[in-house]
Amino acid sequence: MLEFIKQPWPWYVAGPLIGLTVPTLLILGNKTFGISSSLRHICAACMPANIPFFKYDWKKEIWNLFFVLGIFFGGIIAGNFLGNPDPIEVNPKLAVELSGYGINNYNHLIPQEIVNWKSLFTLKGLLIMVVGGFFVGFGTRYAGGCTSGHSIMGLSNLQWTSLIATIFFMIGGIIMANWILPLILSL
Amino acid sequence: MHQEANNKMAQDMRSVDAICVNESQLQHKWHHQLKYLVTGILFGIIFVKAEIISWFRIQEMFRFQSFHMFGIIGSAVVVGMISVWLIKKFNIKTIYGEKIIIQPKPFNKGQIIGGFIFGLGWALTGACPGPLFAQIGTGATVVIITFLSAIAGTWVYGLLRDKLPH
Repeated sequence: MLEFIKQPWPWYVAGPLIGLTVPTLLILGNKTFGISSSLRHICAACMPANIPFFKYDWKKEIWNLFFVLGIFFGGIIAGNFLGNPDPIEVNPKLAVELSGYGINNYNHLIPQEIVNWKSLFTLKGLLIMVVGGFFVGFGTRYAGGCTSGHSIMGLSNLQWTSLIATIFFMIGGIIMANWILPLILSL
Repeated sequence: MHQEANNKMAQDMRSVDAICVNESQLQHKWHHQLKYLVTGILFGIIFVKAEIISWFRIQEMFRFQSFHMFGIIGSAVVVGMISVWLIKKFNIKTIYGEKIIIQPKPFNKGQIIGGFIFGLGWALTGACPGPLFAQIGTGATVVIITFLSAIAGTWVYGLLRDKLPH
């Protein structure tokens, strides 16, 4: 059993389980699934700075912070005790491309060669980790949600605005991955 | 009366540009929040086990080199849609007996501009907000920097919000 759990889970197991998060949160307490809002609640709790957007009672949304804390613990549990011992298998085409940028280590879920503390002080690492993180936080809030809030919760509730958001998530990602990231990885 | 107006305003601001706002009339002790912690733990385990938090899997997705991520998001949406439909159809209540309400998402330009910017960041970091938490959990400590930067991005959005097109 544990051997089975340690294997990477296929999409048709993980996808439906993630979909079930939507009714689980609704039935547990009328909560709509969304993760990026947690970043806003952290701003509201730690540094509201008199900005109207952060002046609200964040404690009423504390469930969201418990939820993301759970995701962090889930990462600890799965990463330490249920981890897949084998390297990640990716499309050979991707492996060839990344090898050209010196990325050959598939033992971790993130590429160790570029995502590490030392690389943080290079232009490449700075763009990927710091600028990338900023875009994630700024963009999700500007869009009013992320993959969970729009692409899963919003689409589940048949919101056409969430479809628009999802389409633009994909356009941004496709442009970055295919045309801009290769330039950054070549730095 | 004044207090009530203030509460109304705070609720309005909370619901602005946020997908997850629901006003429950019930007051709970803090340990009622633990059920969300447990849901989050299970969710985080799925994130890691299906390699959703993997930078490599996100690169494959945006290059259309693998069906994996499309299968996950697609099947999650189908299950979510059926669930929401069933909840509405049979008027299913929460475990506390409250009516389930899902706020509609009105359109604004942020879904286009912000969505595009998030897409750029998603492909750079290989993570949307949820996976950031799980990545740190798996021991990738440097992702704390990406996470703090994402908080900074959210904060700057809040600061500039009035000046941005919506």
